Amino acid sequence: MQITVNGETEELQEPAVNLSRLLELRRVESPEMVAVQLNGEFVDMTNYPTTFLQAGDDVDFLYFMGGGSS
Amino acid sequence: MKITKETVDEIIAHGRAEAPLEACGYLAAKDGIICRSIAMRNVDASPVHYAMDPAEQFAAVRNCRTEGFSIRAVYHSHPESDAYPSAEDIRLAYDPGLSYVIVSLAGNLPTVHSFTITGETVLQDHLEIIGAEK
Repeated sequence: MQITVNGETEELQEPAVNLSRLLELRRVESPEMVAVQLNGEFVDMTNYPTTFLQAGDDVDFLYFMGGGSS
Repeated sequence: MKITKETVDEIIAHGRAEAPLEACGYLAAKDGIICRSIAMRNVDASPVHYAMDPAEQFAAVRNCRTEGFSIRAVYHSHPESDAYPSAEDIRLAYDPGLSYVIVSLAGNLPTVHSFTITGETVLQDHLEIIGAEK
C-alpha cells in the first residue's frame, strides 16, 4: 500500500498500519511531542491507535517546537 | 552547516524586532546552503520562552517543500542571555533531524551559534557563513 509521508512516497509493507505504528516505523521516540495531519486535517493523539491508513493517504508529522532562555 | 550572511542578518533582525520577547522561526536550505529564514509567531509571546503554532509549522514546511527547500534548522533568540541552549531548550529539543540555532542579543554585538542536541548531549555545529567579509 502506497502513502505519502512528509511529502515522500512510502510503500507500507504491513497490511494494517495505524498512526501509532507509522510513528514507530519512522522512529519517533516521543509521539506525544509530535503533531500529525492526515490529508490536511489534524488528528488528536488519542485517535492515533484507531486511525488506520488507506492507500493514497497523505500524512504529515512534525515536532512541536519550543524552548526558552530561562 | 552553511548559511548565507543575508539569512544570518535576517534572523538577527527578527530577534531585534521582537525584543524583549523571544523570536523564533525555521531555517531552510537549498543545494546544501541555508538561504531562507521563515519567521514564525511565538505563541508564548514571552521574553524567556518560545513556542510555535503547529498549524503555522505545517504551512511553513509545506511551502518550503513546494518551493524546493528543506527545513534544516530551527532558530530562536535569547534577548538577555548567551547563544547557548538553556535547560529548557535541551529538554524540548525533540527533533533529531534539525539543528538548533540561537541568536543572542545580550552583548554589544549579536552572536549566532548552532547546535545539535541529542538527549542531554549538546554539540556546537560549525557555522560557515557564506558571503561574510573575511
